[in-house]
Amino acid sequence: MHELALAESVLQMVDEAARANGFRRVRKIVLEIGQLAAVDPAAMRFCFDAVVRETVADGAVLEIEEIPGRGWCVHCAAVVPMDDFVAACPQCGSFGVQSRSGRELRLKTLEVE
Amino acid sequence: MCMTCGCGSEGVHLDGHKDDVGHEHEHVGTDGVVYRHAHRHHHHGSDVSHRHDAEPAVPREIRIERDILAKNDSFASDNRQRFEQEGVLALNLVSSPGSGKTSLLVRTLLALQGKTPVAVIEGDQQTSLDAERIRATGIAAVQVNTGKGCHLDAQMVQRALAEQAPTPESLLFIENVGNLVCPAAFDLGEAAKVVVLSVTEGDDKPLKYPDMFRAARLMLINKCDLLPHVQFDVQRVIENARRVNPGIEVIQLSAVTGAGVAEWLDWLEREFGAVKARRADSVAVLKRRVAELEAQLQAQHTFPANEPHDL
Ligand SMILES: Nc1nc2c(ncn2[C@@H]2O[C@H](COP(=O)(O)OP(=O)(O)O)[C@@H](O)[C@H]2O)c(=O)[nH]1
Ligand SMILES: [Mg+2]
Ligand SMILES: [Zn+2]
Ligand SMILES: [Zn+2]
Ligand SMILES: [Zn+2]
Ligand SMILES: [Zn+2]
Ligand SMILES: [Zn+2]
Repeated sequence: MHELALAESVLQMVDEAARANGFRRVRKIVLEIGQLAAVDPAAMRFCFDAVVRETVADGAVLEIEEIPGRGWCVHCAAVVPMDDFVAACPQCGSFGVQSRSGRELRLKTLEVE
Repeated sequence: MCMTCGCGSEGVHLDGHKDDVGHEHEHVGTDGVVYRHAHRHHHHGSDVSHRHDAEPAVPREIRIERDILAKNDSFASDNRQRFEQEGVLALNLVSSPGSGKTSLLVRTLLALQGKTPVAVIEGDQQTSLDAERIRATGIAAVQVNTGKGCHLDAQMVQRALAEQAPTPESLLFIENVGNLVCPAAFDLGEAAKVVVLSVTEGDDKPLKYPDMFRAARLMLINKCDLLPHVQFDVQRVIENARRVNPGIEVIQLSAVTGAGVAEWLDWLEREFGAVKARRADSVAVLKRRVAELEAQLQAQHTFPANEPHDL
């Protein structure tokens, strides 16, 4: 239920934005979630629907942009796709691939009215 | 409150009318048209103003571009700064439920009794009696109510610190909720995460929960007294942990028999010493700076008086 806390955190940021920008309804929320961020998009949607009930974001579409994991191999210096933190480098087979992207957890944009 | 008329939601009205009476107001819609209309007192109960049927909804995009965990991270950095200033070594103890965090804490507190000031923040919901077990040692423990929450966050820790401020130059143990997933993502401001793994769990745990083992500085392999009775390969678990985190330190121990606990106490002493040394350094720097400023002030005061007036 990691996603519940994250959904609550998103709603808090939306509320802050509503106060700052004076909008009354959110139509769409765009999140960026890296594939290495240990967040399950389906669980995120489920929790999101539960926390936004009767708020400005009630009924809003949740759009999740998944960012693929990419890493840099410290041995062969290749930039390689990265599915998890423990896999070996697909180019040279050694361990020690450092993540370059895929850990994102961002609220990008809101479409409001 | 009503953003248009400014009325509050607790029977407070700007224009002095009553709750059950409607009122009339005027404002400019997003389409630029001036709307004047009466409305019953609906009291929205939030900061959102009401809709007008006549007013077309014009969607617009707002760029936020903020990290979802930004709020937690800012509370965490406040906590960390406070710990550093006061010379408090704060450790975030994480594990699956039942790995032995509370047992190890109790043993540790008893060993440190009378030597080092210690405080405990208890977040584990698995056993609500944990705070009682800690208090039985005579150590102050604040129980944080995480509700349904599966992890502690930095704001909860800040509230616990307000309830019971840690003594300067002390140890603070934070027992997190038994969960190896999200406590990895929620920084509390601790100096280090310490992950406890017991030999009754699988030796592939570091590979199943790589985020947590990457985030931890130290892995404690607990319940080593049970090693003769279980299928658990200590070398394998260490290899697995170092695959995800090459720098992780490892100590094998038993909270029940006390074997290996001395090594853990040494680790604590070393880390605590480093925290105190950093504090002493920053205090020394501060003192030097104050002395310099005082000397400058002194010079400004005495220089013109002692100097012969040539001009
Ligand atoms: N045999 C053995 N049992 C232990 C050890 N440490 C803890 N336990 C037992 O494991 C259970 C869970 O311990 P607890 O400290 O509550 O785990 P926590 O949930 O991580 O706080 C209790 O029954 C403890 O007595 C140990 O080193 N050896
Ligand atoms: Mg416990
Ligand atoms: Zn490589
Ligand atoms: Zn109103
Ligand atoms: Zn109106
Ligand atoms: Zn009113
Ligand atoms: Zn959680």
